[in-house]
Amino acid sequence: MSELSPLFEVFLRGRRGLDHIHVGSLHAQDAGQALEYARDTYIRRSEGVSIWVVESKDIHASQESDVASFYDPMDDKPYRHATHYTLPDGVDNM
Amino acid sequence: MAEANDLEQVFENKIDAEEKIEPKDWMPEGYRKNLIRQMSQHAHSEVIGMQPEGNWLTRAPTLERKSVLLAKIQDEAGHGLYLYSATETLGITREEIVQALHDGRAKYASIFNYPSLTWADIGAIGWLVDGAAIVNQVALQRTSYGPYARAMVRICKEESFHQRQGYESIAVLARGSAQQKAMAQDALNRWWWPSLMMFGPHDADSAHSAQSMLWKIKRKSNDELRQSFVDQTVSQAEIIDLEIPDPDLKWNEQRQHFDFGEIDWDEFKQVINGNGLCNRERLAQHKKAHANGAWVRDAVAAYVKGKTGESGE
Amino acid sequence: MGDKKLDDQIAEYALRLGDDALVFGQRLCEWCADAPTLEEDIAISNVGLDYLGRARMALQYAGKTLGRTEDELAFLRDSGEFRNLLLVELPRGDFAFSMVRQYLLDEFELLFFTQLCGSKDDTLGAIAAKTVKEVRYHQRRSANWMQRLGLGTQESQARTQAAIDQLWGYMPELFEMDELETSLLQAGIAVDRLELHSKWLNTVTAQLASANLQIPQIDWQVVGGRKGVHTEHLGHMLGEMQFLQRAYPGLQW
Repeated sequence: MSELSPLFEVFLRGRRGLDHIHVGSLHAQDAGQALEYARDTYIRRSEGVSIWVVESKDIHASQESDVASFYDPMDDKPYRHATHYTLPDGVDNM
Repeated sequence: MAEANDLEQVFENKIDAEEKIEPKDWMPEGYRKNLIRQMSQHAHSEVIGMQPEGNWLTRAPTLERKSVLLAKIQDEAGHGLYLYSATETLGITREEIVQALHDGRAKYASIFNYPSLTWADIGAIGWLVDGAAIVNQVALQRTSYGPYARAMVRICKEESFHQRQGYESIAVLARGSAQQKAMAQDALNRWWWPSLMMFGPHDADSAHSAQSMLWKIKRKSNDELRQSFVDQTVSQAEIIDLEIPDPDLKWNEQRQHFDFGEIDWDEFKQVINGNGLCNRERLAQHKKAHANGAWVRDAVAAYVKGKTGESGE
Repeated sequence: MGDKKLDDQIAEYALRLGDDALVFGQRLCEWCADAPTLEEDIAISNVGLDYLGRARMALQYAGKTLGRTEDELAFLRDSGEFRNLLLVELPRGDFAFSMVRQYLLDEFELLFFTQLCGSKDDTLGAIAAKTVKEVRYHQRRSANWMQRLGLGTQESQARTQAAIDQLWGYMPELFEMDELETSLLQAGIAVDRLELHSKWLNTVTAQLASANLQIPQIDWQVVGGRKGVHTEHLGHMLGEMQFLQRAYPGLQW
C-alpha cells in the first residue's frame, strides 16, 4: 500500500526584483524533493531564478464567508489610492 | 435554505460578471463534479498522450529530433502535472484521480488509442493533435474556474512549440524522398479524422456541453472549435503539398468557412468503447508503471517517516 | 594546431565521451511514461536531455576531425565502432538499478568533468564546464535517491544493494587509462582517470554506507567498451536507435 505524499505549493521569482508568484503545486515527500521537482517541472524554460515551496496544509486562507468583514471595509477608503487626489494643472506625475 | 440560495446567487453573479471561481469559493456540487470530470480527463490525456510519442523516442532519426521529442513529451508530463494539481484544488487527491483512470471511470482523449506506426506520425501528432488541442485550450484560457484557466495559460504558452515542431517535422518529410512523402501523406490520412473527433460529438449530441457552457467551463462549442481547427489547417496542408483526406472539403464563400465531410461517428464510438487498436495497451502501460513504482513510493514514504521520527525523538 | 596525430587522438577522446553520453541518454529515454511518479518522469527526462545535449556537443566535435556529422556517428556506426563504457549500455533494469548506475556515474563524472575543465583543448574544456553544472545537479539528485532507497523499506534496500552488486564489476572500466588517454594526459588534454579512483571510492563508500548499503566484495570485472568490444545489449539498442537511418539511408529528417 502506497502512502500519499504531501502536496506542496510552488512559488517562482521570475526575475530578480520581482515578487514570488504562485505557479502551481506538486507532490513530494519532503521540502527538498519538492524543490528538486519544482525545478524540473516549473522552470523547464528558465522561467525563474528562485523557488519557494510550501506545504499546502501550511497555507491559511481567508474564507469566502469572511468576504464581507475582510474586504468590504476596505472599499470605503478611496483616499488610500493616489487617484483620489486631483493634482493642479502642470503637475503631471506624482 | 435561504443561505444556500444566497450562496448560489453569489456564485451565479460571479459567473455572469465573468469573474473567476476560486478554490475556496462556494460552488454548486454539479459544477465541482463537472470540473473534476473535464479537468482530470484533460490531465489523463496529457499523460496517456506521452505513450504514442514515447513509442518513437528511442527510434527518432536524428539526435536533434530525439532531443526535441524528449523535451516535448516532458512538457506533456508537466502539463499533466499542472492539470492534476489544478484538479486537486477541488478537493480530490491525485491518488483518487489516478484510481478513477485505472477503474475506467475517468476517460482520456480517445485519439491516443490510435497507434503511432511511422515516424511521420510524430509530425502528424504535433501538427494535428496538438493543433486541435491548442484550439480547444486557447478557448479554455477563459474558463470560469481560476486554477484551470491559469493552467491553460501556462500550457498554451508551451504548446505552440509542440505544434510548430510537428508541422516542421512533417514538412521535411513531405518535401523529402517519395517514400518519405508517402509516409507523411499516410500519417495525415490516419490522423485527420481522429483529430476532428477530438472536439467531441456535435453540439446537439453532447451530453455535458450545455451545462458546461452555462457555467462557462466551456467557452466555445464543440462544432465551433472544430470549424476553426479545419479553417486554420487546410492552408497549412496545402503549403506543404499534402492532401487532406476529405473529398467534401471546400471553401464556402457564404459561410466564410470550409465545409467538410461528416465524421464517422460509428468509428468514434467504437474507439471510445474500447475497440481502438491501443485502448488496452495504453491503460495497461499506465497501470504497469504505477504498480512497478509502488515499492519506490513506499520506500520514499518510509524514509521520510524514519527521518522525521528520528528528529522527533 | 595542424598536428594531425594529435587531432585524431582528440577526436577519438571526444568520441568516447560522446558515445558514453549518447548510449546513456538513450537508456534514460526508456523511462519515458514508465517512471514511479509523474514528477520523477519529468526529472528523468531532464537528466536525459542533458546527456543528449552533451552527446551532440562531443560528437560534433569528434566529427569535425573525422569528417562525419553527429548523426552519421550516432546512426551509421555498428557496435564494434562504438567506444562507450559497458556500464552505460546495460539494460535499464528496475528503478533501483537505473538510479544506482546514475549515482555511481554521477560521482565519477563530477570528478572527471571538474578536471576536464582545465583541459588545454578549449572545446573539451568548454564542454566540461557546461557538463559540470549539469552533473552537480544530477549527483545531488541521485545521492538523495541512494538515501531514500537504502533507508526506505526492506525491499528498496534489497533491490538497491542487488543493483550495486550487479554493477560493481563494471566500475574498473571508468578508471582505465590506455595508450591514447595517457598520451593525451601528457599533452595536458585528457583527465587522469586513475587519479580519480581513490577519491571516488571514498565518496561512494561513505555515501552508500550512510544509506545502509555496502560495497560488494566481488572477484569479477569486465572491460572492453573503449576497444569496441561490447555486451550483447548494445547491438539491440542500436538496432532500435538506428532503425530509420538504416531503413531509409541518406535522407533528411
